Amino acid sequence: MVREDTFEHAHQYLSGLTDEELKMRFWELAQEIVDPLVELARTHTSPSIERSVLMRMGIDSQTCGAVVGECETRGLLGHGAGHVVLVCMQAWGVDAPAAAKRLAGGEGWDTVDAKWASAQ
Amino acid sequence: MSDTLPPLKPNEKLDIAALLDGIEHYHPRRFGWHWRTKVADQRLYEFTYRETSEGLKNSIPLPAAHYFDNIDPQPDCVVTTEIASGRFEDDIRRMRMAAWHGADHMMVIRTAGQSHIDGLLEGTPEGVGGIAVTRKQCRVTRRALDLIEDEVGRPINFHSYVSGVAGPEIAVMFAEEGVNGAHQDPQYNILYRNINMYRSFVDAAVAKRIMRSVRMLQIDGAHNANATAVKAWKVMPELLVQHAINCAFSVAVGMPKEDIALSTVPPDAAPAPCMRMDLPYAVALRDLFGGYKLRAQQNTRYMESDARDATVSHVMNLMISRLTSADIQSTITPDEGRNVPWHYNNVHAVNTAKQSLIGMDGLREMVKVDRENAELRDRVRELKERAVLFLEAMVADGGYFAGVEEAYFVDSGEYPETNDDGIRRFADGGLCANTIVERADDYLAPVCHHFGVNHLPRGVEKPCHVIGGCTLCDREKVPFIDELDPEDNVNVRLARTAELREKGLVKPEVEWAGDGIVAVTMFLPASERIAEAAALELGRAMNLIDPKVIHKQVMHPAEGTLVEIKGCLNVAIDPSTLVITEPAPVLSDEEIREFVAEKNLRCVAATVGMDEHSVGMLEIIDIKHGGLEKWGFTCTYLGTSVAVEKVLDAAIEHAASVVLISTIITHGDMHRTNMEKLADLAVEKGVRGKLLLIAGGTQVTDEQAKGWGMDAGFGRRTKGIDVASFIVKTMRERGM
Repeated sequence: MVREDTFEHAHQYLSGLTDEELKMRFWELAQEIVDPLVELARTHTSPSIERSVLMRMGIDSQTCGAVVGECETRGLLGHGAGHVVLVCMQAWGVDAPAAAKRLAGGEGWDTVDAKWASAQ
Repeated sequence: MSDTLPPLKPNEKLDIAALLDGIEHYHPRRFGWHWRTKVADQRLYEFTYRETSEGLKNSIPLPAAHYFDNIDPQPDCVVTTEIASGRFEDDIRRMRMAAWHGADHMMVIRTAGQSHIDGLLEGTPEGVGGIAVTRKQCRVTRRALDLIEDEVGRPINFHSYVSGVAGPEIAVMFAEEGVNGAHQDPQYNILYRNINMYRSFVDAAVAKRIMRSVRMLQIDGAHNANATAVKAWKVMPELLVQHAINCAFSVAVGMPKEDIALSTVPPDAAPAPCMRMDLPYAVALRDLFGGYKLRAQQNTRYMESDARDATVSHVMNLMISRLTSADIQSTITPDEGRNVPWHYNNVHAVNTAKQSLIGMDGLREMVKVDRENAELRDRVRELKERAVLFLEAMVADGGYFAGVEEAYFVDSGEYPETNDDGIRRFADGGLCANTIVERADDYLAPVCHHFGVNHLPRGVEKPCHVIGGCTLCDREKVPFIDELDPEDNVNVRLARTAELREKGLVKPEVEWAGDGIVAVTMFLPASERIAEAAALELGRAMNLIDPKVIHKQVMHPAEGTLVEIKGCLNVAIDPSTLVITEPAPVLSDEEIREFVAEKNLRCVAATVGMDEHSVGMLEIIDIKHGGLEKWGFTCTYLGTSVAVEKVLDAAIEHAASVVLISTIITHGDMHRTNMEKLADLAVEKGVRGKLLLIAGGTQVTDEQAKGWGMDAGFGRRTKGIDVASFIVKTMRERGM
């Protein structure tokens, strides 16, 4: 939309605010804008976030990519890729990098699918 | 574990091979950002500084420092240099040079396209316009910076980008590798990289939380709106809005305000009355964003190929920093308008900042921004109100995502004016659209410093206890991947330049070791188009491979054009083949004093020809400047524009053994004539054997002066001790 500069008219109701009140208004509006963004972030995840979880579990980037890719394909991302790896760690009694390596090699997905299939 | 490499020696180059050796075992020795340690009312030489910080152990001071006891005062704010060679092995040499000139924030630009790579890169592939940011590149760079910061004696901040579609992963890698600061702003992804808006914000929250875990300083991306704007003076309300969105979002996900820096730039440049336009913006910003840090960037929007023009703009930017405030002073190389920055231009930019900040030290105590000035006051208020109107409209239209869909941002109108030419992105569009997933009721991430819903098992004290520790708590768990590409890696690149290093050959460079690039400046008495073509032909005549014009400026449409070209000079010099005269060693004060007293040495000095310069000569003879008088010489200074005959008569009259003449180099060869005339007259009058004839001047060389009958010639940077030592040694040799 093309609009002429309506500032002279539009700002008049702000002229009653002190500088401090104007600053408060500025930050209240900014907060109002970001609140839903924070809520979106709090309740969602993404492939990159899940890879970052696996990285923090000590798994190398290539293996992270393979495991998260497979989780996406199987619709498991919402449970957490770290959760998927944890299930296998516990099933196999190995540490996170070893479990992820085996998952990346195609092992263990039946175990994983079984867990969430039964949950569903 | 601390590193085991030996400290750097100022007279030795960085050893890249040693830095690569054992890199898989290296751990960063500290995390988080480092601010300079300010020193109140610091005394250096004869001066008191109001806005400086602790000095450096090793540094290169400003050019004029030799008049001021070689002091190198360091401004109070962190000084940034942006480094973008595309090869980390060259980046780190450039960082060392910049650190010696006063940079303590190394901002490493990423290769074009990395923000669109959905995952981490590994190894050391070459980048374009920046480096491929990888774990190995970060680790070797941080390792080199550990050594460099020890060499200069001040911690150095290493910085790159937590943006693009792999933000959370890059944040983890940076946190693990001791990267101290990073750009992180989801708005940058959306507007300038066309990455899906939902994905950008969801990723950003996790990335920011990870950055917080190591107190990595965050810098936002608002300055890009300035660089992109059609009319930069119209974009100010929006800049305030962009800063606010990233700040409020960052605080909401857990970042402390003091770890959040606004990337702010004076939007305009001359010929606009830019300082009067930009100062109200700088003031409004600082009014609204108290508690946050300010990274003052320099203007790139109006940079052309003229390095002088860019430097003047940047000095005006620095004045705004000094009149308001800056926690970090960023610098832009003066050649960024014409090529990927060359390393000596990083140093130039750092020195522009250092020189200006030190030159304006404490100025704000005398020169204050007049907050009562009507134009300033009204404009500051107006900018804030326009920003508030922008935010209100966005809220009314449905929030941030709706605003982006409505092309609110980077519109060429000054809000509420719009021209409907802003950047428009769609919620279901952009790279990685539809890739976010809602976290399920049993969503679990068994790691620390994770943002958002996380259903950890009951009773777990620390999230990573579930898995026996995460990399942010136990650095030993950090994995390392070496090279993945057998062709595109640092070892292959180093092999190409191995001969230069092994044989110590000297080849010009501006960006990469051995690139051979040189620049040549020439004035050509021709119109622009002819001059440009002629310059390229002249470049080829100079044996430059692939010459290119990098800058031209018309001096007059018909009279001529200044042209700068670059080209590759594929020549390497073996220093062992060079004839280099060693500077003559100087004698001790004692030895000189004894000889002078014993012989009761007198000298007569004058500036000859039609020359009114006396400073250089007085530096050589005056006791105050450590001149000849210091060792007991009796000096008679005859003044300026003295005729050669008079000089010689005075020498005879005063029974002097030394005649000193100072001369500038003239078009008419008067300097040569004067020297020859002095020598001839001395012979004619039969006193040549009793006199030492010495000529000095900024352009005088020993070789030429001797050729024209003098006993010695002394050029720029000569000190009294050099001349005194020469006199004593020569008189001894000649038995005078």
